[in-house]
Amino acid sequence: MENSAIIQINQLIKRFPMGKGEFTALKGINLNFGTGEFAGLIGPSGSGKTTLLNIIGSLDTPTKGEAVVLGKSISKLSAKESAKLRKESLGFIFQSYNLLQVHTVFENVEFPLLLLDYTTLERKKMVMDALEWVGLTDKVKSKPPQLSGGECQRVAIARAMVKKPSLVLADEPTANLDAANSHNILQTMLNLNRELKTTFIFATHDEKVIGYLKRKIFLKDGLVDQEEWMNQ
Amino acid sequence: MKIAFKLAFRNLIGAGLRTGLNVIVLSFSFVVIIWAKGILVGWDHQAKNDMEQWEIGKGQFWHNQYDPYDGFTITDSHAPIPNEFKPEIEKGEMVPMLFAQGTIYPQGRMQPAMIKGIPASQNLLKIPTHKLDSVTDAIPAIIGEVMARSSHLEKGSRVVLRWRDSKGTFDATEIEIVDIFSTTVPTIDVAQVWINLETMQEKLLLPEQATLFSFANAEENRPAVGDFRLKTKKELTAEIDAMIKTKNAGQSVFYFILLLLAMLAIFDTQILSIFRRQKEIGTYVALGYTRQQVVTLFTVEGAMHAVLAAALAAVYGIPFFIWQARVGFTVPMDTSEFGMAIAPTMYPIYSVGLILSTTLIVLLTTSVVSYWPARRIAKMNPTEALRGKIQ
Repeated sequence: MENSAIIQINQLIKRFPMGKGEFTALKGINLNFGTGEFAGLIGPSGSGKTTLLNIIGSLDTPTKGEAVVLGKSISKLSAKESAKLRKESLGFIFQSYNLLQVHTVFENVEFPLLLLDYTTLERKKMVMDALEWVGLTDKVKSKPPQLSGGECQRVAIARAMVKKPSLVLADEPTANLDAANSHNILQTMLNLNRELKTTFIFATHDEKVIGYLKRKIFLKDGLVDQEEWMNQ
Repeated sequence: MKIAFKLAFRNLIGAGLRTGLNVIVLSFSFVVIIWAKGILVGWDHQAKNDMEQWEIGKGQFWHNQYDPYDGFTITDSHAPIPNEFKPEIEKGEMVPMLFAQGTIYPQGRMQPAMIKGIPASQNLLKIPTHKLDSVTDAIPAIIGEVMARSSHLEKGSRVVLRWRDSKGTFDATEIEIVDIFSTTVPTIDVAQVWINLETMQEKLLLPEQATLFSFANAEENRPAVGDFRLKTKKELTAEIDAMIKTKNAGQSVFYFILLLLAMLAIFDTQILSIFRRQKEIGTYVALGYTRQQVVTLFTVEGAMHAVLAAALAAVYGIPFFIWQARVGFTVPMDTSEFGMAIAPTMYPIYSVGLILSTTLIVLLTTSVVSYWPARRIAKMNPTEALRGKIQ
């Protein structure tokens, strides 16, 4: 752990209804994450990595156990408080980018700032800074359908990073990208992790991503199977 | 809320053709509703105006017995002209009229007619009564275009007119049609023959008597005088109001269908949006929107169709409204026998109230049909929505 824990997960269990019964996706996870980590939840499909990421991101709630993110217990948050946590402190990067298709690159990156109290000038500066981090200042007026997959994911990174969140959650961020683009994206995120001390948590089974991780958490059937720390 | 408007506007503009089609349909509804309502208001205004100018002035005094819908009352609906009215009559501010039932025999056929006596010198009403001063060996008479058409009479035609005088004696003489006038007011045209009041009084043996008076003085609540009671302009035009009200109700069905079509398009778009844009909804939630805020966004987005439609309607509607107000709408059929004052060309009148109320109705209806499907978002699981799973 690099610094004080910003995420504490204790005996986390998540069950989903399935037919007449239930499916247990997480069977008692115990994990802590510190500030500035570049960690990954690794495992095959159905191992529970996305479920865990969703709970950390307050998009879902635990069935049992506790997940405390940035000092807030996810299961105790109201819908409004969850939204506030996501709005102010979390950034998301998705496998299929999830950009707003009818908005320009600028507008996509600007979106999280619209929900916060920034002036137009502040927003403009922050968006341009974020686009500079990902090298897309020349595409401000383009719309997602006019961009390549790599460029779309870089826009998604800029959108996740623009408000300088404490924590960025990335679910299979390179799954739709070729090797060159994947490395480019990962290098960008690594640089941002170093410069801004933002904690990155990935859910992945992509070898290219795994190669960049400083902490690897292997999940198997809803449990932590193995954990590895890489040298800096 | 400000963000919802900003995002909704961006989303709508970004959606391009889909938004365009909805907005075009809705703007069409706007224009048609305002135009059709404008025509009704214009018709109402024109009908009342024509009635005032051609028949009733600012009001009338009716003989107590007179009932235009009961032919049996006509024979006894007359009384001497009250002295109180004479100064007004002399100043040309009041027109006495005497009515009697009669029969004309155009081309040897019998046709009932209402004979109306009116002073040839009057200028209060637009009926061209000065033509009754024509010099001819028959009684000069004027009729309206509809009467002329139905009785096959034309200017210069001579026809036998028969009546019954106050003593009950039938009498007849020849009249000459000295003029045919064109009016939109059927009650002074259809089956009406106008002759000079003095001639009429003489023929009916009712000197100095009248059935009713039209006057120019708009003073309300004038007291009854002798056998004559006041009929205000409002009372006299009440039938037009009732007819317009009925017409309005009938047209509301048409508006409802028009609005329904537009609303169906918006409702469909909203429903489709909620299925097609699940990932987007999930993304909004992930980025910090509450579900309620997403519902608001989608509702505003739907309702904004009405705002854009109003803007588009203004672009082509305002020139259209101005053009229509200038050239009018020509009714594509003969309206002369409809039984009420309908001009062949009606000029719409638009009021701020009409435009505002139409806009408000469309905006409210659009908001309701947008909110309805948007409520589904509140039930959506954001993690499923992010994956775009149909729920």
